[in-house]
Amino acid sequence: MLTIFGSFVLFLRGMVTRTERFSVLWARTIDEAILIGVDSVVIVSIVSAFIGAVTCVQIAYNLTNPLIPQSTIGYMVREMTILELAPTITSIVLAGKVGSSIAGGLGTMRITEQISALEVMGINSTSYLVLPRILAALVMFPMLVILAMLLSILGGYLAGTLTGVMTAQDYIEGIRTDFIPYNIVFALIKAVVFAFLVSGISSFKGYFTTGGALEVGAASTGAVTNSIIAILIADFALAALLL
Amino acid sequence: MIEVSNIEKAFNGTPVLKGISCVFETGKCNLLLGGSGTGKSVLLQCIVGLMKPDLGSITFDGTVYTNSKIDIRQEIRRKIGMLFQGSALFDSMTVAQNVEFPLQMLTPEMSPEERRERVEFCLKRVGLENAGNKMPAEISGGMKKRVGIARAIAPQCTYLFCDEPNSGLDPATSIKIDELIHEITHEYGITTVIVTHDMNSVIEIGEHIIFLHQGKKLWDGTKDEILNATVPELRDFIFSSSLVRAAKRVDEETEGGISAFAEESESGGGI
Repeated sequence: MLTIFGSFVLFLRGMVTRTERFSVLWARTIDEAILIGVDSVVIVSIVSAFIGAVTCVQIAYNLTNPLIPQSTIGYMVREMTILELAPTITSIVLAGKVGSSIAGGLGTMRITEQISALEVMGINSTSYLVLPRILAALVMFPMLVILAMLLSILGGYLAGTLTGVMTAQDYIEGIRTDFIPYNIVFALIKAVVFAFLVSGISSFKGYFTTGGALEVGAASTGAVTNSIIAILIADFALAALLL
Repeated sequence: MIEVSNIEKAFNGTPVLKGISCVFETGKCNLLLGGSGTGKSVLLQCIVGLMKPDLGSITFDGTVYTNSKIDIRQEIRRKIGMLFQGSALFDSMTVAQNVEFPLQMLTPEMSPEERRERVEFCLKRVGLENAGNKMPAEISGGMKKRVGIARAIAPQCTYLFCDEPNSGLDPATSIKIDELIHEITHEYGITTVIVTHDMNSVIEIGEHIIFLHQGKKLWDGTKDEILNATVPELRDFIFSSSLVRAAKRVDEETEGGISAFAEESESGGGI
């Protein structure tokens, strides 16, 4: 375990020493931002809208006490979404989509000698291939989390009003009650940490793939499972430290 | 000229290279010959810097490569072109973009127009002037090898390394690839090192041959000397090929060595 962690640290160090020219890194980061961010908008939108909707309906189902105002449903949807569901579930979804893509892509490049070709040309392959992926993830994950927050709350609104469990006025009153801006900051800190974990772990697993197609598949699976475990551990650690 | 001195390499305690010393001459096709698992590819990877030898030194035209500073290693690496066994083309780029890639990365001072002209020249040189817009998945194995050669020579390399350039190719295409490597080596006066176990290549382009067996260098010489070599392992290796047995027959009949056989084959005499 310690050996793997040490290798991971050395891998990250190799990425930031002898970096490629800024113009090259910039172009590569934009390309990766499109792959990681823009191409994930649809799946993140669908997942977050439905999570907001389901959260709203289930809270309404459990909230049977007539002394508790209906606006509490909107309040709880907002708190759950911002604090936990948007950053964590979005990152887990992205670990599946982006993590497997990063590990599979780098693994394939490794076994087809494309990474060796870069090294022979005198190009720092970790700087060229991995750094842009991590930078792009650090920028795009928080943006996707903000989108997920908005769509979850919107999903809750549509589910609550269309199913008739509450009025639009109650929901809006609920989501405006006792708002704490720091929760948004906390969620974005979580998004940045999760972005680093997903992109870093997936890159590490893919970059050091050896063997053939079977091992590329194993690297992708390993990247997703390890990323999800790392997200859950970091989620707990951040909650304990920052809340 | 590349000088390899006393290179040793082991994996998990199992020695793969056992004190190999040899010289790869400038302006010649230097062949690293040997059976599977004799350490040819490991030696090649040590020379190009993809692997670090446990012991020994490698010198490129007088500049020590092993254990030197990263700047020196980078400087040498930028003079290296390499054709990989599987071509190693970047599959997200077109053929032209693959050839342009090392120019973009290594020669930022070149203008886009100069790069485009160089790419056109290199593709024309390998006979692929009309394939620039194709993706690697859309071209044949032989064409991929040609693109690999074009990419290797694009930044005007001083050293060209080819890891089994004929693997997976039919005999006719193999000969064309061999001829292309041979022509380019002489045209640009570069030092070419080819890893192969293909006796066709030995007959076609083996100007300087180094024979490896079980991690040791057992013999070196030219293609004309190889038929008369007395090393038993080398004789076992080369005479396992029916092609070489035929060459030996021609050699005995004509006393012209293996070159006479190659000439006879080209003139239609064949086996």
